[in-house]
Amino acid sequence: MSDTEVDEAAVTANVPEDAEAEVDEPETNDSTVEREAKHVPNAIPLKVRGLRKEFGGIVAAADVNLSVEEGSLTGLIGPNGAGKSTTFNCITGVHEPTAGQIHFQGEDITGLSPNEVAERGLVRTFQIARELEEMSVLENMMLAPTNQRGESLWRSVLPVARESVKQQEAAVLERCWEMLEFFEIDHLAHEYAGNLSGGQRKLLELARALLTEPSVLLLDEPFAGVNPSLESRLLDHINDLQESGYTFLIVEHDMDLIMENCEHVIVMHQGTVLTEGAPDEVRTNEAVIEAYLGGEVDG
Amino acid sequence: MSDGEDGDVSERLAAVWANDVTKLVVLVGGILALYVGAGTLLDYGVRQQLNSIGLLVFYVAVFAMLALALNLHWGYTGLFNIGVIGFMAIGIYVTAVLSKSATVTEPAAGSIGGFGLPLWLGIIGGVLAAAVFGALVALPALRLRADYFAIVTVGVSEIVRFTLLESSLQQMQVFGYFIGLGGGSGLILDFDITDGLLDAVGVADPYATLTDSLGTTLGLGGNPKPVFDGLYYGAFLLVFLVLFYVLLRRVGNSPFGRVLKAIREDEEATKSLGKDTNRFKIKSFTIGCALMGLAGILFYAEQGAITPNAFRPRITFFVWIALIIGGAGSNTGSVMGGAIFAAFLFRGPLFLKNVIQESFDIEAVSTFGQAVSPLISGLNPVPMLAYAVDNLAQLQLVIMGLTLIYLMHNRPEGLLGHRQEPAACVPLTGLSRSDTVAAPPTETDGGVASNGGDGDE
Repeated sequence: MSDTEVDEAAVTANVPEDAEAEVDEPETNDSTVEREAKHVPNAIPLKVRGLRKEFGGIVAAADVNLSVEEGSLTGLIGPNGAGKSTTFNCITGVHEPTAGQIHFQGEDITGLSPNEVAERGLVRTFQIARELEEMSVLENMMLAPTNQRGESLWRSVLPVARESVKQQEAAVLERCWEMLEFFEIDHLAHEYAGNLSGGQRKLLELARALLTEPSVLLLDEPFAGVNPSLESRLLDHINDLQESGYTFLIVEHDMDLIMENCEHVIVMHQGTVLTEGAPDEVRTNEAVIEAYLGGEVDG
Repeated sequence: MSDGEDGDVSERLAAVWANDVTKLVVLVGGILALYVGAGTLLDYGVRQQLNSIGLLVFYVAVFAMLALALNLHWGYTGLFNIGVIGFMAIGIYVTAVLSKSATVTEPAAGSIGGFGLPLWLGIIGGVLAAAVFGALVALPALRLRADYFAIVTVGVSEIVRFTLLESSLQQMQVFGYFIGLGGGSGLILDFDITDGLLDAVGVADPYATLTDSLGTTLGLGGNPKPVFDGLYYGAFLLVFLVLFYVLLRRVGNSPFGRVLKAIREDEEATKSLGKDTNRFKIKSFTIGCALMGLAGILFYAEQGAITPNAFRPRITFFVWIALIIGGAGSNTGSVMGGAIFAAFLFRGPLFLKNVIQESFDIEAVSTFGQAVSPLISGLNPVPMLAYAVDNLAQLQLVIMGLTLIYLMHNRPEGLLGHRQEPAACVPLTGLSRSDTVAAPPTETDGGVASNGGDGDE
């Protein structure tokens, strides 16, 4: 891939300049990502109990029970129509569950709106990357950080208050550049997000989600439509982030990818959790094989 | 660097041109020069020239203000508001009711009073009423998808007009005051916004002396005051236009504006980043409606009278055309669109008609039949052209339609639509992180787009 080569060239070129720029700020030796990870509290963050979602007469999720452990990379797999996306959308507040509870960090978040769920540190990405096309990559990034003073209208407009907004903006901008560098897409900062390739959009979306300082990240098919070299890059990033303390729940079609990279795998089928466990246990489970390959295997 | 001299000058010129304010001043100045030039060709007297300039500036300013307010709704937040005129009507009617002189005895039919409050209070009241009304509309309607929201807004603006027409609200007694909306015959605005302002600043007498002496010097003939009133009201509106522009630029180039833009692009994705998009939408809609109310007040306050039928959806679509010409999403573009619309599509046809009829001595025909028959029988197009020119005012809407079709085909994004007005308080122009750190964040306030070389455009 030629664009990967360009990335690397851009990154290596930047290194010495960055080092100089950081001299008067000794704390910034940690990357943003690592710093944020230190705040992550120790708890079992996400629990779903008896989740049910009906659309008219169709039961998309019948009875879903799952929990995600702190600091884990949990995979959620299942054949088409198993209810993965519905479960995902119920957790993130896009759909209101018909029944059941969702607990996040010990708090019942069932039925909260998507923004309220995200504010609590449970942040998602989308199956088809939803970048904000007519905004630059940098603007996309700067949107994400929470508690921005300038999101209040009067602070953005009134002369004195605007100065404090500007100060925070400078800090936000700095963090966004750090994150863009971490994901090696800083050379695209001024590009319209709509001009990015599919894989670059996925990187942008993950980077943007990280800027909201989440504790758990829900990734909806992060590898769909991503070429192999970018896929391994994305995986490296996810592994790095996991090591620095983030928790991931990944919905994915590709069995092999999940089996190779997740330490905990949840398999869904026909609206319920079929089984869960370590990849090796799941791989040899009869019910899973049956679900994926069809009922005939039985005999 | 001896050979850098030329490059330096052109670079500096380019930097001045890159400044949005320069573009706007050049555009408005150019339009004025064109009108004055055409007036000179027509042998306009000084009085006529000044009148024409005053009127032109008035329309440039009001359409630019309205386009700016609509840009906040549509260009930034993606709210499809086609009820602009309704919010303007609310603004001016509330101002009228609050500030018309008080009547405490049963008035004669057709003369309806108000609360007799000072005009500035009436204006504030009108703006607040438009804002509150906007918020009320927004609360239920913002749950709707863009196209349904549009239907609600146009419906609301018509409901406003029919309410104003309603005879049972024509006159009533509130707290002993005889007030009302005047029904179909409308309201007479017995306050004078131009004189009121002069009185408030305390310069009414010097102003009268000045206009008298200036009028004599310029040879304006009798009663020069209305001419100068027109000019000074135009200047007054330009001040408001500058305030609108500064305010909306600040709103746009801020984290608040960034969220609005994000809502326009993809509301669900914005929610997923923890932004309470409904709150932002309501705020944006309310502010925009307040500004539309204010623009409505400034538009109609010095017209002497208002009737409900002036508030047909026509003006809404004029404002939309202005915004489309300028380019939705750009505040500078909105002002440009407003100016171009007012000068060439709104005032232009009438002016052109005068120019043509003055320059070519052609005999106008009065009916369509008389215009068409020579064309068919003798292939003589002159009567047809004369007829068309004579009816140019009526053809105004056709010209607007053709302009829109042309724009949609060839430049759907408008003059400045697809360009970046960075949605941040600090310049985003650095090429890497180190650039940004080196640049002092307070030096430029987004007002100067000093950067031309980032390949964004």
